[in-house]
Amino acid sequence: MKTETPMLQIQDLHVSVEGRPILKGLNLEVQAGQVHAIMGPNGAGKSTLAAVLAGKEGYEITAGDILLEGQSLLELSPEERSHAGIFLAFQYPVEIPGVSMVQFLRAALNAHRAAKGLDPLDTADLMALLKEKAQLLKLDPSFLTRSVNEGFSGGERKRAEIFQMAVLDPSLVVLDETDSGLDIDALKVVSDAVNALRTPERAFIVITHYYRILQHIRPDVVHILADGRIVRSGGPELAVALEEKGYEPLLATS
Amino acid sequence: MQPTQDEALTRHLTTEYEWGFESELDQEYAPKGLNEAIIEFIWAKKKEPPFMLDFRMRAYRAWKDMREPHWLNAHYDPIDYQDAYYYAAPKSLTENRPKSLEEVDPEIRRIFDRLGIPLHEQEILAGVAVDAVLDSVSVATTYKERLAKMGIIFCPMSEALENYPDLVKKYLGTVVPYNDNFFAALNSAVFSDGSFVYVPKGVRCPLELSTYFRINARKTGQFERTLIIADEGAYVSYLEGCTAPKRSEHQLHAAVVELVALSGSYIKYSTVQNWYPGDKEGRGGVFNFVTKRGIAHQNAKISWTQVETGSAITWKYPSVILKGDNSIGEFYSVAVTNNRQQADTGTKMVHIGKNTRSRIVSKGISAGRSDNTYRGLVQVLPSAENARNFSQCDSLLIGDTCGAHTFPYVEVKNPSAIVEHEATTSKIGEDILFYCNQRGIPMQEAVELIINGYCQEVLAHLPLEFAVEARKLLAISLEGSVG
Ligand SMILES: Nc1ncnc2c1ncn2[C@@H]1O[C@H](COP(=O)(O)OP(=O)(O)OP(=O)(O)O)[C@@H](O)[C@H]1O
Ligand SMILES: [Mg+2]
Repeated sequence: MKTETPMLQIQDLHVSVEGRPILKGLNLEVQAGQVHAIMGPNGAGKSTLAAVLAGKEGYEITAGDILLEGQSLLELSPEERSHAGIFLAFQYPVEIPGVSMVQFLRAALNAHRAAKGLDPLDTADLMALLKEKAQLLKLDPSFLTRSVNEGFSGGERKRAEIFQMAVLDPSLVVLDETDSGLDIDALKVVSDAVNALRTPERAFIVITHYYRILQHIRPDVVHILADGRIVRSGGPELAVALEEKGYEPLLATS
Repeated sequence: MQPTQDEALTRHLTTEYEWGFESELDQEYAPKGLNEAIIEFIWAKKKEPPFMLDFRMRAYRAWKDMREPHWLNAHYDPIDYQDAYYYAAPKSLTENRPKSLEEVDPEIRRIFDRLGIPLHEQEILAGVAVDAVLDSVSVATTYKERLAKMGIIFCPMSEALENYPDLVKKYLGTVVPYNDNFFAALNSAVFSDGSFVYVPKGVRCPLELSTYFRINARKTGQFERTLIIADEGAYVSYLEGCTAPKRSEHQLHAAVVELVALSGSYIKYSTVQNWYPGDKEGRGGVFNFVTKRGIAHQNAKISWTQVETGSAITWKYPSVILKGDNSIGEFYSVAVTNNRQQADTGTKMVHIGKNTRSRIVSKGISAGRSDNTYRGLVQVLPSAENARNFSQCDSLLIGDTCGAHTFPYVEVKNPSAIVEHEATTSKIGEDILFYCNQRGIPMQEAVELIINGYCQEVLAHLPLEFAVEARKLLAISLEGSVG
């Protein structure tokens, strides 16, 4: 594997929300092909990191930089970051009333294609792609014609996020607590889908509170994020230690 | 840096009106102003049967004693009714009425070509028959013969008065009386043309019937009159579309539509209204003051669907009088206002028969400095045992300089009635926009998508070709409103 330029470099990132510092000097490097897990107590700033990566408004970057393939992301709009290959599976996916999954993904895919100078996908190709990916996630095809996330159960929403990821084929995926709210079978389906999409070109950041999902999706590195910083990094054994002892002893030694 | 949402929304809402071109046609006018002599002039010009002179005269005299209404939630200066023409017709259409499309003045055909309204039957959208009306004169009606074989009459009102005077006489003014309101009275006095439809007993009209209205002449009010009769057990779906050139002065459009749904029949009436809305400062634009009403006899059903994106002021309440037992009335509406547009629209459902049902779904979208009002009345008379109504009125605000208002009036005189009303007011959520953006969908498109989704329940009631058109129109009329 090449290691010259990491896929993602986060350098001394400081972020405030409404004047209150949330991320306080966060550093992280992710290579293409890797899976990094980020664990950490509630309110530590994990979702904030995800939102800042995706370019959400309302987060003030007071210092530091985020580089994707060596290029700073900070001036890019959320859709440009999406076109550049960033995908965020939301912790709380929203409903879009009256807009079917097909309409939604047609708009998304065609925007991605337009950014690459490609023509819109025709309906037959679109449907073939959507059906193939729905199968991967063991989703009933009827879900394609339902409104995005409307009336979906918590678990269905998470599965739908991974389905969208499979369709959009991103290079850097951030899963924000995709495992919470999933029953055991759904967790297996989602993990299998993620594993099927692990390639040397794609990297994953898996934000989670539980070791459970990391047994399915084996991470290369595990980080602990606390109080706006990465305070510990290690192998999967770190997650095991966390599961057994909780955060306190680990944070005390940091 | 990225534009803020409100900037993007606002920009998204400021595209130019695409249909604003003007055409030079040789027009014949009545003398300016309105008086009994003008009424006679119109009547004579149109070679109408004698009962029409009586109808028009009574309407004119009633109108003279009425006052221009200003109770709507919109502001406009009183109109000078003497400073307008009440009859304008392209000479080429009236002097030697063209017998086939080939004889229609090429300049007129070009107007409809530019508007994308095909007048050649072979070019027409499959399954849609079109009557094209320019400045209140019918240009061409397609598929007439095919319809005639089934006994269906679809023709300009002026032709109906010539060929089926008894049918017109029997129904004209029975749903909207000549003295119903100020603008309906004015229309009854001076209307020039419009569409007439009759579907015989038990016949299901196989085509969508469609009228396309275009204002071209200056300082001319547009007064169409539409009358649709579905005989017992008949079915018809009728569509209406409209545009006008950009003008710096206001143009008055005061139409009357009457629907008669006899026992067991079903009339579905759809409108995509895109009259010129005026410029950003509120100069020019059409005053759309329209009276639309239907009467549903036993087991009959009337369904109104409207997508209102144009006009400087819209003032209309397509209504259903549920006269017969078990009759059904529906109203599905999307009204979009932007810049300085003002819309005061809604419906009236009058329950008279037993077991009558009505359903109202209204979606108001306001942006810019516009005002959007839903005004509805659900009336249950003592005779209406077991009446049911459900109303849903949703308002969506884009930016914070626009207004949304809801006035749902309910009058129940029979205790067995069940009347339900739900209303919501919302803004396009930042979280939804961000969700779309994260998936790669740019702001403009995200707003279009969300608004289309918001209106889905109404758009689903439009015939397919129209729904596509309406979606485009929604996108265009909201362009520049998003940031
Ligand atoms: N938009 C916001 N406005 C105000 N405070 C915010 C906002 N977003 C995040 N915060 C605050 O920032 C801190 C970090 O929140 P964040 O959601 O990133 O935590 P998290 O690590 O994802 O927690 P959890 O494990 O509970 O999901 C919290 O104290 C939260 O209240
Ligand atoms: Mg979180």
